[in-house]
Amino acid sequence: MKQPSPRGELSALVLSVLAGSRGSGQDALARLDLLAVEAISRTPDILLDDDLQLTLFCLYELHYSGIDEAGDDWEWDPDLLRVRHRIEAAFEQRVRDETVVGPPPEPTSAAVCAELFRMTGEDGGPSMSRFVAKSATDDQLRELLVHRSISQLREADPHTFAIPRLSGRSKAALVEIQADEYGNGLLARMHSVLFARTMRGVGLDDTYGAYLDAVPAITLAVNNLMSLFGLHRRLRGAIVGHLAAYEMTSSQPNRLYSRGFGRLGYGSEVTEYFDEHVEADAVHEQIAGRDMAGGLVESDPRLLGDVLFGAAAGLAIDTLMTVHIMDAWESNRSSLRTAEVAV
Amino acid sequence: MGAEMDTAADAEDARSDHPLNSGADAPVTVVACPNGPLLVRGDFTLVGTDGAELPRTRRTVALCRCGASVLKPYCDGSHKLTGFRSDP
Repeated sequence: MKQPSPRGELSALVLSVLAGSRGSGQDALARLDLLAVEAISRTPDILLDDDLQLTLFCLYELHYSGIDEAGDDWEWDPDLLRVRHRIEAAFEQRVRDETVVGPPPEPTSAAVCAELFRMTGEDGGPSMSRFVAKSATDDQLRELLVHRSISQLREADPHTFAIPRLSGRSKAALVEIQADEYGNGLLARMHSVLFARTMRGVGLDDTYGAYLDAVPAITLAVNNLMSLFGLHRRLRGAIVGHLAAYEMTSSQPNRLYSRGFGRLGYGSEVTEYFDEHVEADAVHEQIAGRDMAGGLVESDPRLLGDVLFGAAAGLAIDTLMTVHIMDAWESNRSSLRTAEVAV
Repeated sequence: MGAEMDTAADAEDARSDHPLNSGADAPVTVVACPNGPLLVRGDFTLVGTDGAELPRTRRTVALCRCGASVLKPYCDGSHKLTGFRSDP
């Protein structure tokens, strides 16, 4: 991924450290730690803090496709991991404060599945998909794709980190879902490839990270949440719950997104990504609820709370992003940091 | 060495006879999802009333049983909107 533009003192320093060689600049690393402590204590809300969310996103990116100019050795650098841990701890606490989990069901597959469907069936905020279907403008549809490009151009990757941490029924279920996400071996059917085609179809750049500078902190937070859950074995229940909730809230919105793009005259090369998800996620949500999440809880009932937390957290932070986008659109503003999206 | 070669050849035969998601380890199973679709896994062919194979892009499919899907025979999640109940 190309280097993003810094959004404050902390992200400026982390990007400059990453661009240098490992082992040099111990002073800079010590200063980075200090700046992180200050930024965390100063921020009114870490979920909306551009500097902290971008810093965390860049530190996580070292575990995915990397950042141009950043040496691969930085991934497991103990000093950088210490900084990441500081930000993660504050981020996780803030997410827990934002998340409400109801009374736990019985630790059975059927009860867990039913509870997840109940949670995801509750209307938790404005409906972006209905607005997209009926009234969104061409520019707003493009903005939607820009927000989603951060996760969809690497679709499924954060949840793949969970595979070696599961076993038995829940593992088979996760692999079945992920295989479908990755196109069952067919490159052209890989969901990230379908999304790239959609972006090109509306004239957007499909390079991973091309619009990182344009998206607000809350969009980065949505992505950082998946990395937080995916990269910590401690949170394996949460990443499973997160994926289940994600699959359970996908079919109908994607049908409406497809309708919105169709309404503005875009053809199947643009809508196929959404159409594919209507059918795929109607399958995935059943496997995810009963076999993956339910199966995990049956094999280890201690993870019940984490599964529900992961689902609730994903829904809550996603709602904050939707609110941000809809607030901007309702007052005829762009929901992006840089209003001009190259066409 | 010879035994290993035979095993490898047997494995190759087994693969060609039983492509992925088929054979004795993959009997067709149908899960009646509560208040939802029929989830079909394994080695099966989905055909229309004329016997012609229906378009299918994934190995495991969810078949509509609430009647409201616009993707029939596949499920599109509409059962959640219509309040479909599978129990009597």
